[in-house]
Amino acid sequence: MNSKQSVEALLAKEYRDGFVTPIDEDRVPPGLNEAVIRLISEKKGEPDWLLAWRLAAFRHWQTMVEPTWAWVHYPPIDYQAITYYSAPKRRAGTRSGDAIDPELLRTYDKLGIPLAEREALAGVAVDAVFDSVSVATTFKDRLAEEGILFCSFSEAVRSHPELVRRYLGSVVGPADNFFAALNAAVFTDGSFCYIPPKVRCPMELSTYFRINAAATGQFERTLIIADRGSQVSYLEGCTAPMRDENQLHAAVVELIAEEEARIKYSTVQNWYPGDAEGKGGIYNFVTKRGECRGARSRISWTQVETGSAITWKYPSCILRGDDSVGEFHSVALTHHHQQADTGTKMVHLGRNTRSTILAKGISAGRGQNSYRGLVKVAKGATGARNYSQCDSLLIGDTCGAHTFPYIEVKEPSARVEHEASTSKIGEDQLFYCQARGIAPEEAVSMLVNGFCKEVFRELPMEFAVEARKLLGVSLEDAIG
Amino acid sequence: MQSHAAPPSTQAAPPTPQETTMLNIDNLQVAVSGNEILHGITLHLPAGEVHALMGPNGSGKSTLACALAGKPGYQVTGGTATFRGTDLLAQLPEARARAGLFLGFQYPVELPGVSNAMLLKQAVNARRRQRGETEMDAMDFLVAVKERMAFMEMDETLLERGVNEGFSGGEKKRNEILQMLMLEPDLAILDETDSGLDIDALQVVARGINHLRSPSRAVLLITHYQRLLDHVAPDRVHVLADGRIVRSGGPELAKELEARGYGWLTGDVAGVEAR
Repeated sequence: MNSKQSVEALLAKEYRDGFVTPIDEDRVPPGLNEAVIRLISEKKGEPDWLLAWRLAAFRHWQTMVEPTWAWVHYPPIDYQAITYYSAPKRRAGTRSGDAIDPELLRTYDKLGIPLAEREALAGVAVDAVFDSVSVATTFKDRLAEEGILFCSFSEAVRSHPELVRRYLGSVVGPADNFFAALNAAVFTDGSFCYIPPKVRCPMELSTYFRINAAATGQFERTLIIADRGSQVSYLEGCTAPMRDENQLHAAVVELIAEEEARIKYSTVQNWYPGDAEGKGGIYNFVTKRGECRGARSRISWTQVETGSAITWKYPSCILRGDDSVGEFHSVALTHHHQQADTGTKMVHLGRNTRSTILAKGISAGRGQNSYRGLVKVAKGATGARNYSQCDSLLIGDTCGAHTFPYIEVKEPSARVEHEASTSKIGEDQLFYCQARGIAPEEAVSMLVNGFCKEVFRELPMEFAVEARKLLGVSLEDAIG
Repeated sequence: MQSHAAPPSTQAAPPTPQETTMLNIDNLQVAVSGNEILHGITLHLPAGEVHALMGPNGSGKSTLACALAGKPGYQVTGGTATFRGTDLLAQLPEARARAGLFLGFQYPVELPGVSNAMLLKQAVNARRRQRGETEMDAMDFLVAVKERMAFMEMDETLLERGVNEGFSGGEKKRNEILQMLMLEPDLAILDETDSGLDIDALQVVARGINHLRSPSRAVLLITHYQRLLDHVAPDRVHVLADGRIVRSGGPELAKELEARGYGWLTGDVAGVEAR
């Protein structure tokens, strides 16, 4: 195609957030054993019960094998070569509670996440997690006026141990799966959020995850509890520097929605995807699950996955409360050598529970994109309904799209529908746009955005803009 | 039915003397997958004129349109083509469009999820940027497009639908002409825009084409049949057969073809089908 020149000019652009912050790190030596776990727990000043919880998880993890059922391929991970704790050192003379290191402020500014509240995005409170620790949480005081707790996980353990102890691991248990068990053993920080009964959170809450240190894994844990009748919208963003080696990110997110509570959880995942040849990039092996514990509660997941070398995640809903609702809206993009095996699980336990799955997969280059989803209706979940739609879009002919839907229905009154489609951006479509003065890369972006618009509609406004830009950047050299 | 008041139309810049020939094709040879389809086409289309290019199926009419618009896979193996004095063949397809060339497709493709409004806006603005103009204001755009849709007797709901997605054959062709009216090209090449249209739609499409006619513009109408030419009177008619222009003449040539078919010009039975 003779549009090559312009496409190659764009190729010069790099992963936008691939810089490294020069900062002194307090890090433990690589390797994983009980001593490292004790060290992490000690650094964080944790109570004994939590250390015991970690050690139990670790012992269990040692008996587990890494899952191989996902449609992803990677060389064995050496868990002893990973550093499990790395935190930016506080500058001499600063103490905990003092202002944040200016170098970190600059980093977040550069990422477009100002941490100074007066410059911050109006209406969005941010918890900034840098490598293994949370470095700042904005608007805490404003939220406290409403009784909302929003802080780092470590702080929650110190100041609200009863809440943490009550809910931690109640949705994703410490032995849930290989990566969740690893996380339970070594998790270092993350965000904690509690919305009291009947409170509608007045602003978007968000966590921005940044991996900076080399050869380090990030293992964070997010716990969001929406008490009876409360509402919260939560956003999550992530980036990492460009490095030649792969880095592991094994997070756990637990959501609990009590009676009539609503949680909306949105992710724009832009971890470093590796280079065009497939070198480097983040292994994003994440367990996210929400439980609609109370009647008439609702959990809605929206994810836009454009980054990571490998994505392995299935944000799920346990619909325990009667009349509860679970939703999953997803755009997953794989380009170059990226691989994604992602989808959801909707487990219907309560009566008249409803779930919707809308999954859009885009593959370009040598990308491999799999949707894997489970819809399970337990006996007694009368009147349960599910509607699933999985659409795949192929760009070029060296990529792959796969769909693995699992349906287990034990309740005769349930209604489960599944629709799937596969389409390809054709040369004819690109030429049609060109003949209207629109360059091929713009045309691809237009077609991809058209393909994703039902999902983007679910994102909060600023996030939708970001997601659209990100898709454009991720696909810049997808044709030619 | 709505009134068919003609939408306002900005005139292209008046032609300078060297530009009076809008499209100059000289001895153009075009191959597809290594097979030469066009064996040396020469055609001069001056500004202000409408030329009809007729011929039996497989004669190379669409190949000429595709080659002029720059469709990948259509390899120019010899000859030249200039558009307003500049080498057309050296430019990317999108640059040709922005410079004022419009190709109306015989089979417009569907662009699922991309609204008609979105495509039109992008296309109009690409052309405006090329001319150093600012992007069109959203309100102005909406007014302009609705005016033209009324003129084309199109349902406004088509604006928010995916481009050509689930459109009927007639809607697709009207949509092509709508795009043309929005883009106001200097040169329109319309590839069998009349095929598959009932008589009412044919008249609407013809009205759109006639509306664009001006002393500063030119139209190349590719068609199989005389019937579109009953509504859009051509200045010249060319007959293409087996990759060559075998006859050129005035409007009466089209009438003669209608009466006699193509056989007397091509010396084979292709004309039977065209009758």
